[in-house]
Amino acid sequence: MHATFSYPKYSFIPSDEQRTGTIRRHPVVVIGAGPVGLTAALDFARKGVPVVVLDAEDTVSVGSRAVCYAKRALEVWDRLGVGRRMIDKGVVWKIGKVFNGDRMVYQFDLLPEPDHKIPAFINLQQYHLEDFLVTEALKSDLIDLRWLSRVVSARQEADHVVLQVETPDGVHAVEADWVIACDGAKSSVRKMLGLEFQGEVFKDRFLIADVVMKADFPAERWFWFDPPFHRKQSALLHMQPDNVWRLDFQLGWDADPEEEKRPERVIPRVQAMLGADTPFELEWVSVYTFQCRRLERFRHGRILFAGDSAHQVSPFGARGANSGVPDADNLVWKLALVLDGKAPEWLLDSYSDERVAAARENILNSTRSTDFITPKSEMSRIFRDAVLELAVDHPFARALVNSGRLSTPTTYTDSPLNTPDGDAFAGRMVPGAPATDAPVERDGQPGWLMEALDGRFTVLYAAGDGAVPAEVAEALDALAAGPLPLVWYAVTGRRRGIAGELVDCAGRLRERYDLTPGSVYLIRPDQHVAARWRRFDDAALSAALNRAVGR
Amino acid sequence: MAKLMTEQRFASPDDVYQLLIDGHRELTPDQSTRLNAKLILLLANHIGDAEVLAEALRVARQGVD
Repeated sequence: MHATFSYPKYSFIPSDEQRTGTIRRHPVVVIGAGPVGLTAALDFARKGVPVVVLDAEDTVSVGSRAVCYAKRALEVWDRLGVGRRMIDKGVVWKIGKVFNGDRMVYQFDLLPEPDHKIPAFINLQQYHLEDFLVTEALKSDLIDLRWLSRVVSARQEADHVVLQVETPDGVHAVEADWVIACDGAKSSVRKMLGLEFQGEVFKDRFLIADVVMKADFPAERWFWFDPPFHRKQSALLHMQPDNVWRLDFQLGWDADPEEEKRPERVIPRVQAMLGADTPFELEWVSVYTFQCRRLERFRHGRILFAGDSAHQVSPFGARGANSGVPDADNLVWKLALVLDGKAPEWLLDSYSDERVAAARENILNSTRSTDFITPKSEMSRIFRDAVLELAVDHPFARALVNSGRLSTPTTYTDSPLNTPDGDAFAGRMVPGAPATDAPVERDGQPGWLMEALDGRFTVLYAAGDGAVPAEVAEALDALAAGPLPLVWYAVTGRRRGIAGELVDCAGRLRERYDLTPGSVYLIRPDQHVAARWRRFDDAALSAALNRAVGR
Repeated sequence: MAKLMTEQRFASPDDVYQLLIDGHRELTPDQSTRLNAKLILLLANHIGDAEVLAEALRVARQGVD
C-alpha cells in the first residue's frame, strides 16, 4: 500500500524510578497517549501540574482512523496552543451533501454564522493530529511521556493508585494520586476494574478505504443512500490532506471482514465509485462494526475514565474523539483545583455527571443515525426510504434525513455547578452552555473571545459606553487576586483604552450573549458559562464561583 | 397542549373513506405499505405536534399486539 505518512518511532527511555528500583508517587498518571490522553497532559502542563503519560505502543495512531475534528475540540486544542497547526494542515469544511440514488436530497451548512475563529470542522488523519500533540507535549518539562509502557494492573489504595507497568526492561510499580484512563474503547483499565460497558452493538459492517488520488471533488462531506455504484447500501466520501480521501462503504452484517479487506475486493468497489479511469492507490483499509456503549459513571475512586474508555459511539456524526477531548477539558481544571486543595474531591463527581450527560446525548444521536442508516426492521427501512423519497421535494422531510448528526458540544443544563438564572436573557448562552466565540480587540490587537477564555475562570463585565464603576473594578480585582485562577474583562462597545478591555468591535458579543450595560458573565476554565446577571452583585458572583468549584 | 381528536370531524365521512381506498387502488401490498409510510410522514408533519402523534400511535397500537 501507498504511504503518505511515515510513522515516527518514539524510543523507550527507562524512567529513573525503573532504573533505580525506587517507587515514586506522581500527582497524575494518564494512561494512553491518544488524542484524549495527550490533550489532558497538555492541559495539566498549562496548569503547572506535572503528569506522567504511559502508552503501550511507540508510535501514533496506525491508520487515519478518526478523521473529522469538530469546532469544540479544535477550540480546546487552540487554547492549548496546537489548534492552529491542525487547522493549517487539515481540510476545513462545513458543507455536507446527502444523495439518494444519483440525486442530491439536500445539503447542510454546519456553521452558517460568521465571525468565529475556529471552523466548524476539519478533516485530518489521526496520525497527523497525534503527531502534533506529541510534538507539543515533548516541549513541556512537566509532561513525562513514556512509550512501550503497558499498564498490567491497577490497585486502588485509600489515597493513591498503584500501577504495575510493563516495559522492555520488565515490570515496575508506579504510584499516582490520580489516574486518568484514556486507553480507548478496549480499555484494559476498565477490564482490570471489572466495570461493565453497557449498550448496543449494531449488526452491520462498514469498509473504510483511504485512497490517494488527485480529484476535483470539493471539500465537503458527501453521503449516499443507495448510490448507483453501491446499491442498497450507504457510502461516504471525505477529503483529507495530502490527497488522501476517506471512502466508507456499508457492507451489511453478513460480509466477511477478512475477505472484504483484500485489495482485490476493495479496488473494484472504489473503481465503481470513482470511475474506472481515476487512478488511485490504497493507503489504509479497515472493516469495522460499531457499538454505542458507556460506563455508568466515569469516576471510580481515584481512577477517572475519559474518551473511548468511558463511552463509545458509532462513527456517524464524528462524536468519538470529539466528545473525548471535552472530557479532558472538563476534567483537568477540576482535578488541578482538587490537587491544589482549592476544591473538594466531589468536584470530580461533577466531571462524571456532566460528561455522562454528554455521552448520553452523543449515544442518543449516534444511535438514531445508525437506525436511519442501518434500519433494524422492514418497517423502519420503509419509513427511511419514504423520508428519502419525500425529501427531494418537501423541506420537512429533509430534517428527518439522518446521515449522522455532526458533533456539537453539550450544554450542561442540569449541572450542579451552574447558578440558575435569576434575570432574563435571550439566546443560547444559558448556564452550562459552551461559550460561543466573537471577534474582540484586546490590547489594541484584533483577536477572539475564545483567546481571552484562557483556562482560568473569566468574568466578563459589560461596560457598554460607560466606565467600570470603581466598586465593581475593586471587587473583581479582589477576586482575581484570590485563591482561584480568575481573570476579568470589561467589554466595551468601542475602544476606550481602559485596562482589561475587550472591545466588542463587531457587536457580536453583545448579540450572542445578550449583553446590556452592567451584565456580568462568569465563565468556567473549560469555557462553559457558569452564571450570569443583569447587574453586578459581588456576593452573588462569589457564591456562583464557589458553587462552580463545588464549595 | 393539543390533544388527539377522535370525535367525528369530516363533513362527508364516506367520501374520505373512499379517498383512502381509491388511493391504494391497483397497488401491491408492498406498494401500499410505501404509500402509507409517505402518507403518515406528510400527515404527521401537517399535524406538527409530537404529543398528538404519540397519542395516535398509542391508540392505534391498542389490540395490535
